[in-house]
Amino acid sequence: MYDVVIIGAGVVGGFIARELSRYKLNICLLEKENDVAMGASRANSGIVHAGFDALTGTKKAEFNVLGAKIMKRVTDELGVKYKNNGSLVVAYSEEELPTLQKLYERGVANGVENLQIIDKAKLLELEPNLTDSAVAALYAPTAGIVCPYELTIAAVGNAMDNGAELKLDFDVKSIRRNGDFYEISSENETVECKYLVNAAGVHSDNIAALIGDTSFNVTARKGEYLLLDKEFGTMASHTIFRCPTSMGKGILVSPTVDGNLILGPTSVNIDDKDNNETTPEGLSEIMSKTLAVMPKAPLRSVITSFCGVRAVPSTGDFIIEKAADGFVNCAGIESPGLSSAPAIAPYVVELLKGMGLSLEENESFNPIRKPAHLFREMSMEDKNKVIAENPKYGKVVCRCETVTEGEIVEAIHTNPKATSVDAIKRRTRSGMGRCQGGFCAPTVVEILARELDIPFEAVTKSGGNSIINYGRIK
Amino acid sequence: MRNIDLVIIGGGPAGMSAAVSAYNSGIKDILILDREPRLGGILQQCIHNGFGLHRFKEELTGPEYSWKYEQMVNELKIPVMLGTMVLDVTEDKIITAMNEENGVFQIQAKAVVMAMGCRERSRGALNIAGMRPAGIYTAGAAQKFVNIKGYLPGKKVVILGSGDIGLIMARRMTLEGAKVITVCELMPYSGGLTRNIVQCLNDFDIPLKLSHTVVKIHGKERVEGVTIAKVDKSLKPIMETAEYIECDTLLLSCGLIPENELSKGASITLDRVTGGAVVDQRRETDKKGIFACGNVLHVHDLVDYVSEEAEIAGKGAAEYIQNDGFNKNCDIKMTLGDCVRYTVPQHITSNENDVKIYFRVSDVHKDVTVEAKDGDEVIFSRKKQRVAPGEMESILIKSDVLKNIKSGAITVGVKLNG
Ligand SMILES: Cc1cc2nc3c(=O)[nH]c(=O)nc-3n(C[C@H](O)[C@H](O)[C@H](O)COP(=O)(O)OP(=O)(O)OC[C@H]3O[C@@H](n4cnc5c(N)ncnc54)[C@H](O)[C@@H]3O)c2cc1C
Repeated sequence: MYDVVIIGAGVVGGFIARELSRYKLNICLLEKENDVAMGASRANSGIVHAGFDALTGTKKAEFNVLGAKIMKRVTDELGVKYKNNGSLVVAYSEEELPTLQKLYERGVANGVENLQIIDKAKLLELEPNLTDSAVAALYAPTAGIVCPYELTIAAVGNAMDNGAELKLDFDVKSIRRNGDFYEISSENETVECKYLVNAAGVHSDNIAALIGDTSFNVTARKGEYLLLDKEFGTMASHTIFRCPTSMGKGILVSPTVDGNLILGPTSVNIDDKDNNETTPEGLSEIMSKTLAVMPKAPLRSVITSFCGVRAVPSTGDFIIEKAADGFVNCAGIESPGLSSAPAIAPYVVELLKGMGLSLEENESFNPIRKPAHLFREMSMEDKNKVIAENPKYGKVVCRCETVTEGEIVEAIHTNPKATSVDAIKRRTRSGMGRCQGGFCAPTVVEILARELDIPFEAVTKSGGNSIINYGRIK
Repeated sequence: MRNIDLVIIGGGPAGMSAAVSAYNSGIKDILILDREPRLGGILQQCIHNGFGLHRFKEELTGPEYSWKYEQMVNELKIPVMLGTMVLDVTEDKIITAMNEENGVFQIQAKAVVMAMGCRERSRGALNIAGMRPAGIYTAGAAQKFVNIKGYLPGKKVVILGSGDIGLIMARRMTLEGAKVITVCELMPYSGGLTRNIVQCLNDFDIPLKLSHTVVKIHGKERVEGVTIAKVDKSLKPIMETAEYIECDTLLLSCGLIPENELSKGASITLDRVTGGAVVDQRRETDKKGIFACGNVLHVHDLVDYVSEEAEIAGKGAAEYIQNDGFNKNCDIKMTLGDCVRYTVPQHITSNENDVKIYFRVSDVHKDVTVEAKDGDEVIFSRKKQRVAPGEMESILIKSDVLKNIKSGAITVGVKLNG
């Protein structure tokens, strides 16, 4: 019997688990996929928004501004890269200036600090590669960037290090109230808990419906991206949005914390909530919209494209509230959900406390997680100390991102443990570079087989039936 | 920090030939660095034959060709450090590398030969839409699975791109019991050698669909199919011709990209077309004492040419070390005439010796004349029955011709006869 079960190991579920692990509680995260951070928390823009977008008084506004404020501290604790690079909302005609003003005023009302409207000269000084037709911008120095799956993996990992459990491949199919507790079942397993948190992202309405809560629904809206080679990560130094117009929102151009340039997202509603495929139309839309604002964008240097699915709630705001005895919804967490997650978590814990969950401090709680990319940031002397102890750190497996065998082995044995090629990729960046795993994938498969003690052909790309090889050759 | 006369980065055919050639030119203090556990580079996984016809006048497999050079390196006792990744090279020829035994270390070299080879274009670079299931590999990765690890990465295969590795893998996968359904090529001609099309596709009844591309990948966990379509003259897919093909594997053989991350780190000027360094006839880059050869300089179709080019670079590096630089008595630019995509070298800095100019054409043409001109004056001319982008061409410019260049430039072009 668990004290608390959380459905969904995205950034929201991950931070709630971590927050709960501060207390003496039996906690379990249930995730239907083969790894954590496989929903919206895997594929998004990675922007820590400043907080001027959401309407004043909404949960979105409140948690975004707070989340952005504590993001630096949280990422330091979790050993996750964070860069406070600031954002710009750029106007490309005089007609758009009133919108900038409106955003500025809303930001001030939401509590965003140091917002300013800057003129063309200042703007082009900050971003010399922008098109000359830019006229002004709203500058938010408090905005930043993180890697969304790195943050999620770290939050879940830290929760696990502090005692929380994680069950992967657990697709919740039914929830039954049995006296004072809940029985949550997948096709082949049932767990029980006293308190249940629904953090199932785009599926959170389906989960709520399992206990009869049909007060809202969640629409899936997909967003496609292009990622450019690191060589061009410096084409932009701030996150550059386009001023929203009657023609729509436009796309953003931003550096990522890992040094690439990201372009996107598109915005299209879809019926199949798990459909994260990219489309020829989507990719060409990103290209043309990018060239409109940054004529020199090196679109030849695309290294990959991907697609995320937003969970758009019918209420227009995050749904974070008690829905039944012992049951809390944390649903429809669309953007700025990544920015808000560290602030949502303590709020959910307070809700649970109000519902009777007793919180006794866990004295051994350690908020610190060792950074995954520790080795590559070390000095030459420190690297040599590590290699002398464990020569695997001297052996480079992924040449594009310079990932060593030592780091890969570590990812296989660190919470939450990597069991597939893609899981290794998200934790170590092996295969994330310009060759996209062309060279290192066979070696990574070999290391996984060895460390997990499974046959070579049993290693998968991302769990399930995603097999890489069909057995030995003739 | 160690001091070494000549450091060669990459122990494939280019690096080994360069080392042997430098040694024979009188430089004995040489070190070859390679990240793989063996010498030979990509040749180790090319177990088909067709290597060495020009060089050794016999048909060898990749490992056999490589072995010939490994033996020379061994006999000359040229030191080699394997399993060693070079992390950085500076303009001043300081090399930072890492391996299991020595950790991270630095070497000051007098001259450097860059011979890091190339990598294949990935799915991302091709911008194919759709899902991201397992079963999408570059032809080279599939080759590694089959030939080095001994595992079959697919059973029903579609290949995009008719580059040589793709063609070779079409045959290899078929021999291993897989069904290769079709090879799609975006261009109206194949990028591979004619002999490979005959021996790897025609002999196995594998259809080659020219002017076709993959527009979408299907399948959630493992590839379940691809949608292919014909492309128009501007290479845009014609969606009315879209066709679904059921398969479990998509192999990509859509071109090779020289691996010049280290060259970029050393601020070496690169040629936009080749993706490799801009070099002179000695294969010296614009950074003094840093040379480049093999597929890191431009993508070759035959290893024999790689060895030839690497010998030039090795000799150049030896001369550089012995004479503390070069006497450069001219600077003749190579410019691109009709139908020529690039030349190597890109400029000539000495007219003391004959210079062989390698180049590639931009399209398939029959009955042509290859011409080199100094201004309007034709200084070289030769008829050819056929030229194709997949086959490298070369012309020799004599030293006495070089001495008389008036315009400061030589233009290489292809004239269509008839
Ligand atoms: C295109 C795009 C761009 C975005 N950009 C930004 C941005 O720049 N900044 C920002 O702050 N926010 C951004 N967001 C929003 C942010 O990504 C989300 O708000 C955040 O990731 C939501 O986290 P989550 O944990 O609620 O959902 P998810 O990450 O989707 O996690 C939900 C998890 O629940 C699991 N699950 C679902 N059903 C079940 C079941 N039945 N049983 C078990 N497990 C289940 C899923 O597999 C998934 O892992 C963006 C979102 C998208 C899609």
